[in-house]
Amino acid sequence: MGKLFKNLTKKDVSCILISLGLIIFQVWLELKMPDYMSSITRLVQTEGSLMKDILLQGGYMLACALGSLLSAIVVGYFASNVASHFATVVRSKIFHKIQSFGTEEMKKFSTSSLITRTTNDVTQVDMMIGMGLQMMVKAPIMAVWAILKILNKGFEWSILTAVCVAVLLFTVTTLMIIVLPRFEKVQKLIDKVNGVTRENLSGIRVIRAFNAEQFQGERFEKVNADLTKQQLFNQRCFATMNPIMNLVMYGLTLGIYVIGSFLIQAAGMVDKITLFSNMVVFSQYGMQVIMSFLMLAMIFMMWPRAQISAKRINEILDEQVTIQDGKATLSTKEVGTIEFKNVNFKYPDADEYLLKDISFKVNRGETIAFIGSTGAGKSSLINLVPRFYDATDGEVLVDGVNVKDYKQEELHNRIGYVPQRAILFTGTISSNVAYGENGKKNITKEKIKEAIRVAQGTDFVEKMDGSYEAHIARGGTNVSGGQKQRLSIARAIARDPEIYIFDDSFSALDYKTDATLRKELKRYTKDATSMIVAQRIGTIMHADKIIVLDKGKCVGMGTHKELLKNCDVYKEIALSQLSEEELKDA
Amino acid sequence: MPRPGGRRVQEKSKDFFGSTKRLILNLKPWKYMMILALSLAMISSILSLIAPNQLSTFTDTIREGITPNTNQLKELSARISTNLSQEKIGSKIALIGTVDSIGEEEVQKTLEIMKELPNAEEEQALGYLLQLPDSVLLYLLEDIEIDKTIISVSDQVAMLRLFSRMGGETGTEKALELLDQLPDSVYSLIKPSIDMTKIKHIAIFMGTIYILSSLFGYIESYSMTTVSNHFAKNLRTRISNKINILPLKYFDTHETGDVLSRVTNDVDTIAQNLNNSLATLVSCVTLFLGSILMMFITNWVMAITAILSSLIGFSLMFFLLGKSQKYFAASQEALGDINGYIEEIYSGHNVVKAYNGSKSAIKDFEELNNKLYETKRKSIFLSGLMQPIMGFVGNFGYVAVCVVGAILTMNGYITFGVIVAFMIYVRLFTNPLSQIAQAMTNLQSTAAASERVFEFLDEKEMASQEHIMKHLDRSKVKGEITFKHVKFGYDETRTIINDFSVAVKPGQKVAIVGPTGAGKTTMVNLLMKFYEINDGEILIDGVSTKELTRENIHELFCMVLQDTWLFEGTIGENIKFNKNSVTEEQIWEACQVVGVDHFIKTLPGALHSNVGDTDTISQGQKQLFTIARGMLEDAPFLILDEATSNVDTRTEELVQKAMDKLTEGRTSFIIAHRLSTIKNADLILVMKEGNIIEQGTHDELMKKKGFYEGLYNSQFEKTI
Repeated sequence: MGKLFKNLTKKDVSCILISLGLIIFQVWLELKMPDYMSSITRLVQTEGSLMKDILLQGGYMLACALGSLLSAIVVGYFASNVASHFATVVRSKIFHKIQSFGTEEMKKFSTSSLITRTTNDVTQVDMMIGMGLQMMVKAPIMAVWAILKILNKGFEWSILTAVCVAVLLFTVTTLMIIVLPRFEKVQKLIDKVNGVTRENLSGIRVIRAFNAEQFQGERFEKVNADLTKQQLFNQRCFATMNPIMNLVMYGLTLGIYVIGSFLIQAAGMVDKITLFSNMVVFSQYGMQVIMSFLMLAMIFMMWPRAQISAKRINEILDEQVTIQDGKATLSTKEVGTIEFKNVNFKYPDADEYLLKDISFKVNRGETIAFIGSTGAGKSSLINLVPRFYDATDGEVLVDGVNVKDYKQEELHNRIGYVPQRAILFTGTISSNVAYGENGKKNITKEKIKEAIRVAQGTDFVEKMDGSYEAHIARGGTNVSGGQKQRLSIARAIARDPEIYIFDDSFSALDYKTDATLRKELKRYTKDATSMIVAQRIGTIMHADKIIVLDKGKCVGMGTHKELLKNCDVYKEIALSQLSEEELKDA
Repeated sequence: MPRPGGRRVQEKSKDFFGSTKRLILNLKPWKYMMILALSLAMISSILSLIAPNQLSTFTDTIREGITPNTNQLKELSARISTNLSQEKIGSKIALIGTVDSIGEEEVQKTLEIMKELPNAEEEQALGYLLQLPDSVLLYLLEDIEIDKTIISVSDQVAMLRLFSRMGGETGTEKALELLDQLPDSVYSLIKPSIDMTKIKHIAIFMGTIYILSSLFGYIESYSMTTVSNHFAKNLRTRISNKINILPLKYFDTHETGDVLSRVTNDVDTIAQNLNNSLATLVSCVTLFLGSILMMFITNWVMAITAILSSLIGFSLMFFLLGKSQKYFAASQEALGDINGYIEEIYSGHNVVKAYNGSKSAIKDFEELNNKLYETKRKSIFLSGLMQPIMGFVGNFGYVAVCVVGAILTMNGYITFGVIVAFMIYVRLFTNPLSQIAQAMTNLQSTAAASERVFEFLDEKEMASQEHIMKHLDRSKVKGEITFKHVKFGYDETRTIINDFSVAVKPGQKVAIVGPTGAGKTTMVNLLMKFYEINDGEILIDGVSTKELTRENIHELFCMVLQDTWLFEGTIGENIKFNKNSVTEEQIWEACQVVGVDHFIKTLPGALHSNVGDTDTISQGQKQLFTIARGMLEDAPFLILDEATSNVDTRTEELVQKAMDKLTEGRTSFIIAHRLSTIKNADLILVMKEGNIIEQGTHDELMKKKGFYEGLYNSQFEKTI
């Protein structure tokens, strides 16, 4: 937590300091009020008091109340400003940091966790500062001050107050120790209820087809009952808190009076009056002491949560990003070439290599394709080119220069990458196609149209409401999978890259569209180099070079015809998709 | 996983009273417990209305016990004066000379004083007498008995002497000090004494009230917790069961997240507010009305003062509440925007990186972030004002009551006790109002949440099957399926299958092909009676599916789908699914057929490994599990809806062989993306835009040189 506080600006700190002063002032005023209150009470109860005196005391009291209100407003203003500003700064830092993350870090934290950290966790810390800091400052001052006021006013009463505070703190801590860990359990159970419901919804056809409604129903009932049981336990525990707190607080007042009446009874005539007024003061300040201890207890409850959140935030901010920019802007000798030199790759924390000893070179205008069964390492291989990951051993060269020596931005300027799962952003068709920067001039409207035409998207785009300016909903939910994929391809085309990378990008298209698209693409990008990962033989059989991967190893390299002759794995794949005659025809 | 949008903004219900009424009706099974809880909440509040009065009586009792008992003192002085009156002491004075203890000089002095006495006023008389020497006074005075205490003559003298030293001072500290020096007999008479029996009674009474009110409070919380959680459980079960009886059509038009949010968020909102707000509302309203009532009973002028002075504060508070609500909603919206934005950017991280989109992403983010800052700042500030303002309102009311009370007292309209009581009432009156306001907003969102839950529970269910009497026994079914002039559309207005007829003989293999979105899955939906056909008939062994229950039809079909649906559990449980009679051997057998037995054996827990472990189990392997699951279902019909799309082609071939074994003797329907897999089908149905445009065997269709041929050849076109 302390580390995060370094993000407070000087202005923030001075606001906090002023607030601190004001809070002390506020506490002073608030503790002053009971004095006026009791003198008003005394005046009202004494016969023959002057109206003037009552008004005066009342005026003082109101002045105190007003002063306390005003300083509370100012403190509130500062606190809300500081807290919100702090949250904004931290949130922004997190976002910046995550923007510098590589795929490895993204995977390590997981997207959903990163989202939670950017928003919920920051909100937790934010709340702690907004509310907690005020309380944290106020409660101890209040407690100490109130204790000072009642100190030496009566030994017996002090003991009683101490006992009450102890009972309260004991109750609160016990409850926390019992219930807090169970809160996490409840969260997990809620997730489970959610999970089973999600299962029931996503598998609705399977469940019905198997007549398994009852089977799933029983599973749901189990988690439902578990959740209810745990919730009941927690809430029943909590149900004791309020009655106990009330009992202790009322008990304190009553106790002070009862003890007081005995003390007064036993005292001499002179002491009686002093004891009586002490008793009244004690009953008021004793309550304040208890209140401030309760406030402290509350902070102790909030603190661990905020602390955990702060830790999670710091984890992001402290993360060492593995992929760093190369040193300088480079001019390259080659254009549009990709070369792998004895590349090995494994995930940083894994034992097994995903790619073993891969070497090849592609020249400008050539197409290289990768095929192999699921998990053969195709995607891992092409991920090394835009540096989503770095090769564990060996070198990956683009235009004759090691990718690690590029500034990432420059490297990416040369590449048009189309992922397996098409990703669209909220905005318009145009904003999605013209997405990002390519180091050249802005992408023109004509270029966007052209790119969409090549990607076989003109038909559906022009049918859409608003055509090229048609709205794309969050996550691209208002276009179909195939349309998404075509827009994603158009985005790469609009970029005019030297190198295209298609990571199984045609799978969402039907054969016909797939074929036409690739034909158009070939015509349009004559000079560009392409890397294609595919499942279908049909997609890749005409590539200049095909690399067959099996369990991370290159088991064959060559053209379709060559491979059919000398690569068993390739032949097997081909046979599973085409008949012998078809293979011959091709 | 946070829901985009974060916490839901306080929702307004469409029909608050309707929904609330419905909610209450649904709570009927728990009515006794609820009545108990709410009555206890009420009693608890009433008790707390009584307590302050008792406390002020307590204070008064102690106060009374502090001041010296001046009445006794007056009585004593009066008695002494009487004893010293002329008539009484006249005879004694005459005999004064004869008393031994009194010297000559003293006799002289006495006589002198006595001469003045008759002229003196009564008040001065005592003063004169005090000038008499002790010996004379001792002679003149007699023992006095007050309240069974005998005050000896010497004590009387000592007292008189003390008083003479006190002079005019009364009530001051010095006077009190002198009082402490009084002889014991007198001191015991005038000593202030607290009525300890009364104190005891009040203390016991108050203690009982406090304990009772805490106890009631606990019982109330306990019962409300029980009610709300059982109610929540009941709602969740009802929603979950409802999912099973809704037509699939519902889920075409509603998102999964929507239903999920009803099961958790909405039910949670209802339970939580039921638990907290309802009882709070009842007790606060009781307290609020009770204190108003008590105030008016006690004194109406004061009551109006208290209410008016608080009203100023409350109007300010509600004004702020409205204002802050606006900013609160705005900041929730801004938070939702930022959540949505980062979700998009984080999940598209690779694209953002590869397209150098970071800069613009940061720019957009900063904009959203600043918007959040502005709204958040204001909403926190305004909502933070509430408490200090409430405190001020309380203090203001207090002073107002005191001042007005004092004026009234001076004019003799009311007694002091009234003011003291009002000081407490004004606190009791101001405290619950803000809680009532909070509880009301909570109830609003409860109403909105229950509206959503009930809306779901009210959705139209699938047609009743009670009238269906026919049943096909799955061991006796031959496997014949006939489509007769089938017409169907997901929408009443748009028919997508027009007059489709085909007869499938037992054991035939039917393939359905076509581009994405052509409606291939529709055929499956109709076969499985997931949807009701609009017109025409589907006959199984000559029996119309309309005359069969859905369960019966499902029993006859074994279905493997494209999406690898597995539930949270072990591999074994998933393959076995709801077929309890299946043995472990049979599971292994099925696994062997689809070729995953080796893989399963490599896992540390074998069949008992968890399927949630996505790192070790690939999508293709999951698909194989679902196929194995299908294998265990020994049904006469088989449907494979792109069942092998997640498996690579080599594995597919293995599975295909297994499938062929499986389809032997069974009528099967196969939907496939890869045309290579269905070439040996007995019948190929080619679909396009919902219609069946061609049908026949592979060779027939190829000869026809129609759509199928084009589709088939497009796989091998030279493009790259």
